[in-house]
Amino acid sequence: MSIDMSQFHQVFFEECFEGLEAMESGLLTLDVGDVDSEVINTIFRAAHSIKGGSGTFGFTVVAEYTHIMETLLDEMRDGRRQVTQPAVNVLLGSVDCLREMLASIQNEQDVDEVSVAQHKAALEAVLNGVVSEVVVPVAAPKVINEAPKVQVAAAEVTVQEDDDAGEQGWKISFCPYLDLLKTGNDPVRLFRELNELGELTATVNAQDVPKFYELDPEECNLSWDLKLVGNVSSDEIKEIFSWVEGDCELEIQPIAKPKVIKPAPVVEAVQADIEIDEPAQIVAAEPEIIAKPVIDTKKDPEADASKTAVKASSSIRVDTEKIDALINMVGEVVITQSMLGLVGENFTMDKVGQLKRGLAQLERHTRDLQQSVMNIRMLPISFVFSRFPRLVHDISSKLNKKITLKLVGENTEVDKAVVELINDPLVHLIRNSLDHGIEMPEERIAAGKPETGTIELKAYHRGGHIVIEIIDDGRGLNKDKLLAKALEKGLIDENIQLTEKQIYELIFMPGFSTAEQLTDISGRGVGMDVVRRNIQSLGGNIEIISELGKGTTIAIHLPLTLAILDGQSVAVGDEIYIVPLVSIVESINITEKMLNKVAGKGETFRLRGEYLPIIRMRGIFNVQSINKPKSTEGVIVVVEGQGALCGFLVDELLGQQQVVIKSLEANYRRVEGVSGATILGDGSVALILDVPGLVRLSVR
Amino acid sequence: MTTDTRQQKQFLTFQLAGEAYGVDILKVQEIRGWEPVRVIPNTPYFVKGVLNLRGAVVPIVDLRERFGLESAEYSQKTVVIVLSVKHSAGHFVIGVVADAVSDVLDIDLDDIKKTPNFGTQIDTRYMQGMHVYKQSMIMLLDVDKLLNSDEVESIDGLF
Repeated sequence: MSIDMSQFHQVFFEECFEGLEAMESGLLTLDVGDVDSEVINTIFRAAHSIKGGSGTFGFTVVAEYTHIMETLLDEMRDGRRQVTQPAVNVLLGSVDCLREMLASIQNEQDVDEVSVAQHKAALEAVLNGVVSEVVVPVAAPKVINEAPKVQVAAAEVTVQEDDDAGEQGWKISFCPYLDLLKTGNDPVRLFRELNELGELTATVNAQDVPKFYELDPEECNLSWDLKLVGNVSSDEIKEIFSWVEGDCELEIQPIAKPKVIKPAPVVEAVQADIEIDEPAQIVAAEPEIIAKPVIDTKKDPEADASKTAVKASSSIRVDTEKIDALINMVGEVVITQSMLGLVGENFTMDKVGQLKRGLAQLERHTRDLQQSVMNIRMLPISFVFSRFPRLVHDISSKLNKKITLKLVGENTEVDKAVVELINDPLVHLIRNSLDHGIEMPEERIAAGKPETGTIELKAYHRGGHIVIEIIDDGRGLNKDKLLAKALEKGLIDENIQLTEKQIYELIFMPGFSTAEQLTDISGRGVGMDVVRRNIQSLGGNIEIISELGKGTTIAIHLPLTLAILDGQSVAVGDEIYIVPLVSIVESINITEKMLNKVAGKGETFRLRGEYLPIIRMRGIFNVQSINKPKSTEGVIVVVEGQGALCGFLVDELLGQQQVVIKSLEANYRRVEGVSGATILGDGSVALILDVPGLVRLSVR
Repeated sequence: MTTDTRQQKQFLTFQLAGEAYGVDILKVQEIRGWEPVRVIPNTPYFVKGVLNLRGAVVPIVDLRERFGLESAEYSQKTVVIVLSVKHSAGHFVIGVVADAVSDVLDIDLDDIKKTPNFGTQIDTRYMQGMHVYKQSMIMLLDVDKLLNSDEVESIDGLF
């Protein structure tokens, strides 16, 4: 009866994450007070299926957690409970918590129990209705001080007894109701689990058992006094009993009251790469318990993403329509192939026309086939965009700003690899817009703008590219301030005249931040350079258009796919290289005499009054040329790499073509100055140049 | 199939500067004639370049140069033995250039002699052992150690 469940895990996780997304977007659209029951139903269903699934797969932590959520949602659905903003916030926090739990289970890591317990406590507090103003620590940790109930719960959970406090353990009085067995719970199983935690002694109270002929075998008439010896925390015990909660009377008391409680090493448990947002002070309820800061372990989304990216799921959900189109196409190819086979069988010269037609058809089908295969990898950009309403909601409430987010062109399709890699840079840019771009409401009113700021996230296709724009109507970039800051930090020379575009480019320099006050949202001066590097590594570029007082537009241009690239093939000696077309600005025919030596070493070329550094491809790649003698004429391919123009000196231009990128690393290793390889029409291999890499290489 | 209890292994033998070498035949993916390759810039001298092998880009290593033997002109008889090499991160495919392939031999594992210690003069880490066949000696190579990219990397660092 042992089915290998692990094969279904991937599907389960995917469904869970989808469910969580549905819950999140549902919660965000939920209007406080005026409740749309359909929305709550959607959220409830998602929670329910996560609970069911996790129960099946034995992820009890998740199941228990969702059970509490479900109870709360159920009451909301029935109208027994008002939907309040604090409750929604707690639920949103729970969605985060669940996502973290699932991610750690998926990556086979330990679930962060402290954070789970915190969220659980908050959730239970809402459920019990005792605390009216509970806010999840994630959203606003300061409010916790006003919610003693939650504090106690959180503190209790993380209590750890001193190691030498003598005999440690718990006295548990477990008195199940009569119908415990009917709900499918077996006390023996609970005891067995308890026994795993420590040394368990169970004493049964059988005095309530009726006379034999009155006995109903489906009723549970026994109660137990349990003694559990061992270093066990109360939440571990509660976890075991959580399934029978409501079906029994349960009392858990420590045997020896802990006298000294050392601060739990919560901070140490937090991994070094996780950024600690805010410490929330927790006031102890009992004097013996030493108050200890429970650190909000809400992880920085970037750190989180990089961690999960290690084991990013490699599966993809494809619209059946796309697959049908593909199958259709394959059929066409097969038909054409058999037709060509027929022509070839008894070939006479008068069949040349037929052959040519067949080949043309084959070419067309192959191209279509290629396109539909690429199409399978295409995902709508909404996969990325859908996370932002939440981000904006959280951060704007944290900053006390009023901001609406407008999403345009969510159905624009882009390669899966691009979708995965564009998320972090976008998060960063949106945080920047929220924090620095949009002003405080008062400031906005004073400037004659509507109180509520708008951030527009827009995606559309242009040429072979996808363009993603982040448009805010905030204060815009202040050129003078940028310049002053750059001078102050010694990033630029005082005498250099910069164009408007170049000034905006300054914010991409490492160590540049204009925020007067550093917040935890942005302004640390790292990031924008990383954003640009990430986008460049995807083969794209980023530009800024800004008007002071009116707003900023950041436009990101990205290739639609990472698997195919438009390239210009160039000849250098006997070798052929591919230069990505996106980085080429222009190409110029030159002779040796037009080059100027600088300090006897570097070479430059005068291009419309500006001096362009020249990289000789023969030199940098040490190309042997046996068949082709060195000529005094050549072509300069002007490329943009690392934000500056630069010229590659090659022998001649061959042609433009789409090339399929093959990895060199698969069988060999990374080669500096080369981003990959491709196979040319004649079957030979050509190397694709890594333009920024080459520029770096030449500087050395 | 022989019912012999002794363990046997098949080896592909090839010629390199007049000497016979052998590799475990299970590592061999295919044997093909020499054809011009695409040179990769800034790589160790014995990596001749890369080849298109049905869509995969495969590096080609000249074994003569790898072993520090005198390099030879490539001729009609020159072969490329395509090997599948085990690596810490999985398998990768690599081609080695040899003068000619000779034979496939069944060799009893007991008949493989340990490589004598040549001191520091000759690196024997890449040798699986030696086998005497018809009065001549065949050096059996440990492909996984010989062509590991880590190895190529470290050699690269030396030069």
